[in-house]
Amino acid sequence: MNGPLLFLPLIPLLPFVGFLLNGLLGHRLPKAVISAIALIAPLISFLIVLRDAFLVWSGSVTMPFVEQGAPAWISLGALRVDFGSVLDPLSLVMLLIVTGVGLIIHVYSVGYMHDDEGYWRYFAYLNLFLFFMTVLVQAGNALVMFVGWEGVGLASYLLVGFWFHKTSAADAGKKAFIVNRIGDFGFLIGLFLLLANFGTLTFNEIAAKLAANPAWTGGVLTAISLCLLIGATGKSAQLPLYVWLADAMEGPTPVSALIHAATMVTAGIYMIARTHFIFDRSPFALSVVAIVGAATAIFAATIGLVQTDIKRVLAYSTVSQLGYMFLGCGVAAYSAAIFHLMTHAFFKALLFLGAGSVIHALGGEQDMRKMGDLRRKTPITFCTMTTGVFAIAGFPGLSAFFSKDAILAAAFNSGGLGKILWFVGIVTAVLTAFYMFRLWYLTFWGESRNHEAHPHESPWVMLGPLVILAILSVGGGWTGAARFGAFLAPSVGIKPEEAPGNFEYLLTPLAVLAGAIGWFIAHRMYHRPKTADGLVPGTPAGYKLLAHKYYVDEIYGFTIVKPLLAISKYVLEWVVDVAILGGLAWFLAGIASFGGAILQRWQSGNLRSYAAWLALGAAVLLYFVLGPQIFGTAVPHIGIAGH
Amino acid sequence: MNGSILTLILLVPLAGAVLVSLLPDRGKLPAWLALLTTLVTFGLTLHLPAHFDVNQSGFQFAVNKQWIESPAIYYHVGVDGLSLWLVVLVGLLGPVGVLASWNAINRRQKVFYSLFLVQQTAMYGVFVSLDLMLYYGFWELSLVPMAILIAMYGRKEGQKAATKFFLFTFIPSAPLLVAILWLYARTGTFNFSELRVLIAAGAVPAGALFWVALAFLLAFAVKVPVFPLHGWLADTFGEAPVAMAMVVAGKLGLYSMLRFHVGLFPAQSHAIAPLLIALAVIGVLYGACLALVQRDFWRFLAFAALGHLSLITLGIYGFTVTGWNGATYQILNNELIDAALFVLLGALEIRYGTSQIPAYGGLAGRVPRLATIFVFAALAMIGLPLLNGFVGEFLILSSTFSGVSHGWAVVATLGVILSAAYMLWMVQRVFYGPESALAASAAADLRAVEQFALWPLAVLMLVMGVAPNLWLRAIATAPGPTLIQRAQSIGSLGQPDVPSAANNRAELREVLR
Repeated sequence: MNGPLLFLPLIPLLPFVGFLLNGLLGHRLPKAVISAIALIAPLISFLIVLRDAFLVWSGSVTMPFVEQGAPAWISLGALRVDFGSVLDPLSLVMLLIVTGVGLIIHVYSVGYMHDDEGYWRYFAYLNLFLFFMTVLVQAGNALVMFVGWEGVGLASYLLVGFWFHKTSAADAGKKAFIVNRIGDFGFLIGLFLLLANFGTLTFNEIAAKLAANPAWTGGVLTAISLCLLIGATGKSAQLPLYVWLADAMEGPTPVSALIHAATMVTAGIYMIARTHFIFDRSPFALSVVAIVGAATAIFAATIGLVQTDIKRVLAYSTVSQLGYMFLGCGVAAYSAAIFHLMTHAFFKALLFLGAGSVIHALGGEQDMRKMGDLRRKTPITFCTMTTGVFAIAGFPGLSAFFSKDAILAAAFNSGGLGKILWFVGIVTAVLTAFYMFRLWYLTFWGESRNHEAHPHESPWVMLGPLVILAILSVGGGWTGAARFGAFLAPSVGIKPEEAPGNFEYLLTPLAVLAGAIGWFIAHRMYHRPKTADGLVPGTPAGYKLLAHKYYVDEIYGFTIVKPLLAISKYVLEWVVDVAILGGLAWFLAGIASFGGAILQRWQSGNLRSYAAWLALGAAVLLYFVLGPQIFGTAVPHIGIAGH
Repeated sequence: MNGSILTLILLVPLAGAVLVSLLPDRGKLPAWLALLTTLVTFGLTLHLPAHFDVNQSGFQFAVNKQWIESPAIYYHVGVDGLSLWLVVLVGLLGPVGVLASWNAINRRQKVFYSLFLVQQTAMYGVFVSLDLMLYYGFWELSLVPMAILIAMYGRKEGQKAATKFFLFTFIPSAPLLVAILWLYARTGTFNFSELRVLIAAGAVPAGALFWVALAFLLAFAVKVPVFPLHGWLADTFGEAPVAMAMVVAGKLGLYSMLRFHVGLFPAQSHAIAPLLIALAVIGVLYGACLALVQRDFWRFLAFAALGHLSLITLGIYGFTVTGWNGATYQILNNELIDAALFVLLGALEIRYGTSQIPAYGGLAGRVPRLATIFVFAALAMIGLPLLNGFVGEFLILSSTFSGVSHGWAVVATLGVILSAAYMLWMVQRVFYGPESALAASAAADLRAVEQFALWPLAVLMLVMGVAPNLWLRAIATAPGPTLIQRAQSIGSLGQPDVPSAANNRAELREVLR
């Protein structure tokens, strides 16, 4: 042990203790105690991370710090998997985001969930999520990362389906888990491939083996990368597995902010960055990552254009922004991707919490067609939300301006494919600005279209987090991509192209212009809308396609779910199990019972007669087999034995 | 103590059975007696891991005494890394079974509990017997109380289910007996270790061994069950009393495969392994697909079990040491999870009087504890990391991937998706959504008796998922590498040609001693 204690194991363990306390005893505790337990755990975890960050900054800890002597989880033969934590620039940044934003959202939840009867259950699950998420981030081993990976999926399942009496919520939770399992299937195969080819699942050892073989590229490394990518597309809601995220909005809004925007869904990007040394060896896999990212970015953005549920707009926006991050990973600009991951965590958490405040103000209304004019009624929510909207649109000086720019610049500078993907990214930026300002206008401007609700500003326990996140959304990117990249370089390497290219000075204004165009169109259409949704009269066919999300859920239903159930029911159960196997079994039973007369007795269901027959049969066999031993006669050949 | 511990474990339940049948069937007396007996026995089984030497391979706590001179049947018992935890598992599930029956069995308790205890002895016997004839006796004994109890306590069609169970399990036992006797006729011994050496040395003609091994395999494969021999499973699950149904499938057959099929006939079982691997992978998907479409939760559980047992079969016939250890561990995990699910579904059936899934819905608010533990067990079953189902599953699948074939492993891994689908759908249909008419009928949450049965299982699911090494350390001492070596060397070179071996049986046996 060199250097000061970092208390890394405590970071996940404290939330776990919180989960156990609230989960086992919460239903008997008063709300104040539940809140205290639930908040103290992430608070201390966050303070530990801050302290560790300070120790790193002051130079008393050198990264990467790999915890030694951690207890083994599985140790069998050559396989050894231990729980050791790793602290390097990458995990430090993630830990700061996860525990920091996590803490803020815990605080917000105290206000948001105050009147819910499942208060204790909610906070138990939320702490459980933090436990698994920090396990995922700190893992020094792919299998331990998988623990966190599946664990956050569980927390998501529990929280999406939190209001389990609602069929839609229960459906959404289940869907989220199962779709994620499809991704996890890929992840598992990736783990098997790693184990088969490297003999270990420890990141350091894999990296070292790769470093020792600089010529090793493609082939099995491509296979591993693509399997891991499947896992990442599930968790980070990319094509083709993005379908669960919008439905996951059934969960309480703070959950959407924490899990389905700021942290869990970014795990795929984190995982790719963490295993970048494998992806770097497969240009093909990297291109696939980039294409998946860019395609998802624009695909989700188009769906986001027409959604009327405020949370669903934000959900598709999240999918789209995650696409940007994948694009960044795909052009090996991992630090740019993580940079955007961080700023996105700030502004998207802000937007979701702001949406939560709006929903709270309107007594549960989520349909933007029934909102409007809230800027007067909920001024602080309005101000903070406005910050978030401008941030995501890439307004110069705000956080996403820097991070999105870094990704787009890296894409542009990475060859011919990169130029195309850059263009997709720019178009997406227009769409992003459009749907965000559409949301902004429909919610806060115009006249109130909801005459039943009496909007009220949220309490300070909810507004405080909004203000903090708004500040972060403004200043979160001020370090600049270059300095951020230099900090992360020990973890993810640095890509030459990431250095500012010649076009940088042209690219940035273009990106800003894209945002401005989106805003302009949204302003024209929604600043004083005649109908709540100005698009409907213009392009009905396309609108319908988008409103139905390209019918992807229906397509999956008809091509996968329904056939699977039908085949299971009619082919496997009725034909194979009942008709063929069932028939065969009774047929063989008939044969085995030496003829018709005895068959009658078999079917009589009289156990005693079976037992008698069995005893008789055994006696006969015994005589034949043991006869020679017992009676000393010549050995007869046993029929079954052949010769 | 070490010398007589296994004998005690075998005798205590039997003594309990006699006591139960002698004392009057009054109140809860038989249940209390059975609980006491199983608890004492469980305590005795804990002696084994406490004194098991993990630095030593081979059988421990062994006793080998001649019982019958001719044929030479010995009372030969002992445990090694393979059977150690299985014995403890039987011990643990004893009191769990009694508690699960506490409210369910109200008539003819004497018969039920005495047969239940006989069944306990039979299962212990199967796991500790090292004399083939003794083993066979316990194997048969384990079938009898089961069949009788299914017939007596069946829910709707007990007789039919009992008949099916009987036909499926007794008929393949006959060839097993013949095979055992034939081996004896050839070698003059029922002793497991001697037979292993004799067979390895070529004392038995290879052509005949094929059939002998097949007879062993058939009996075991039906008992597991392996697809397509699972015809009895769903009916048995649906009709047998919960305490019996939870022990009927899986461990006896799987253990026997490892010990007596793979262990005695490594070459033959290696040769037939491709077939078993294929059937196992089919079974994984087939069980999962059928579980998806069941309306009755006992049938649901049966097909879910088929899928998970098939995975263990895959681990066994993959012929890798990791796969065997993983399979052994997964037997324990699977039994614990299944036991918990049986207790929980039994609790539901007692409360609401039906096993039809569509009748349920929205129960989570009414019976929150039951729902919580059910979800917990469901998550363990679908292999959520840090719960016990994951470790075995990962060891089996990863060893299949590296040691057998990428293709089979990938297909079997699809079960991961399907099991999540059927399990979560089941959870949703029973516990989530709007409250069904059924939920409105007032029913209490888990009673103390049920919680006593469930909490130890739940805690174990977590501990075995977090700290599997506590168990794997002993399991890893089970015979592995040498068996694989033998299977492969013989498998590739053909049966070593030792024509004189059969004649020189006596000499060989001298060598052995």
